[in-house]
Amino acid sequence: MRRMRLVLGTLALTLLLAVPAHAEEIVVSAAASLTNAFDAVKQSFEATHPGVKVVTNYGASGALLKQMEAGAPVDVFASADQKTMDQAASKGLISAPTRKDFVRNAVVLVVPADSKTPIKSEKDLANAAFKRISLGNPETVPAGRYTQEFLTATGMWTTLQPKFIMGNNVRQVLDYVTRGEVDAAFVFATDAKNAGAKVRVILEAKTKTPALYPVAVTANCKKPAAKAFVDFLHSNEGQRILGTFGFQKP
Amino acid sequence: MLELLLQALVPLGLTLKVSLTATAGACVLGVGAGYALSRRSLPLRELLDSICTLPLVLPPTVMGYYLLVLFGRRGVLGIWLQETFDFTLVFTWQGAALAACVVAFPLVCKAARTAFEGVDPNLEHAARSLGAGEGRVFLRVTLPLAWRGVLSGTMLALARAMGEFGATLMIAGNLPGRTQTLSLAVYDAAQAGRDNEALFLVIITSLVCITLLLASGKFLKLSPQP
Repeated sequence: MRRMRLVLGTLALTLLLAVPAHAEEIVVSAAASLTNAFDAVKQSFEATHPGVKVVTNYGASGALLKQMEAGAPVDVFASADQKTMDQAASKGLISAPTRKDFVRNAVVLVVPADSKTPIKSEKDLANAAFKRISLGNPETVPAGRYTQEFLTATGMWTTLQPKFIMGNNVRQVLDYVTRGEVDAAFVFATDAKNAGAKVRVILEAKTKTPALYPVAVTANCKKPAAKAFVDFLHSNEGQRILGTFGFQKP
Repeated sequence: MLELLLQALVPLGLTLKVSLTATAGACVLGVGAGYALSRRSLPLRELLDSICTLPLVLPPTVMGYYLLVLFGRRGVLGIWLQETFDFTLVFTWQGAALAACVVAFPLVCKAARTAFEGVDPNLEHAARSLGAGEGRVFLRVTLPLAWRGVLSGTMLALARAMGEFGATLMIAGNLPGRTQTLSLAVYDAAQAGRDNEALFLVIITSLVCITLLLASGKFLKLSPQP
């Protein structure tokens, strides 16, 4: 019995110590393409805001929306497209006045760096040498949605469809192409930059819908740090960090 | 309702194809490995046993990563398959079957080893003394005596193969109609917010599993008692 009390006491003490009294924790759900950029932003933000801890949660924007709908305790939401944020707004998940675009991106067509098949335009993807083309699943992945818009506008969507390998988020698509498992892929320009010498950018997939990323504080969040994090993204320092990862100003 | 049912048929068929292939593979390999491990004379027996159990303990994504590195287009075995047979496992149903086979294998192997160890060696000696070769002893004496253990391991393996998700996603991707098994289809539908479809698939999967368990229970009862 005495031993039991000791064990329980130690356990309770550890739990108490694990939760520092004043730390404020904010959960940031962000599009997969923001992964490296937000890791850097988080570091800089935490350094300038002592006592605040940022927990990041990356995934396809559509998947993140689903999590929030299901009641995930999220404080800040950053999606890679307007459509997902519109859906979040119409479901009352975000605080509308805090919503603002913070970066712009572009979708590019890339091939593995050691690819030998000549390619100049998206029309060349019809060539039999391109067996597998990867893109994000347009249902949940914004990069895939932009790709669909681009390929539909250029009249190649139906032709290329049998070759599609759909990824669950844009980083999975990037992984496929850097490993050479697919012959070509559509990813964000920032993802291509992140992959460095492993991929070669062929062209920019220009679409009517610009790849503008909005960010907002969630509807029920009352933490001041969440608002501070969003402000930090719009600040000169935040924009400078995002710029080093290839994101453009909105 | 009918539309949902028709939609579910494709992943259901694929799941059965993948899991049955995987179970067949796991059964052959598992019985072989289980038999070898049950022999006292095998060197490094316990080390080999741990290696055979590894896929059961490691997270499926770790297994998936190993498979991807080995069988990917730039992996050692992947390059060999490509050059010899012009065939690649990544993004194919065979890849999904391989993933399911690897994670299901330890279940057969473990059960088979225990079953083989339970066989009275005197019976095997008796067969040998009557002039039977090793192959004949195995097929006519050892395997029939260990049959129930092997069978229950195989049933577990089938159940495990049907539910495989992580390793499959890594090597075979999530391609509707090609590699999207029931478990992946549920994930996909839930992520995309097609809640009706997800619910329907979940019910289908549960029904299939219950049927399988009932059938295997009956099957085990019917199989000859040692």
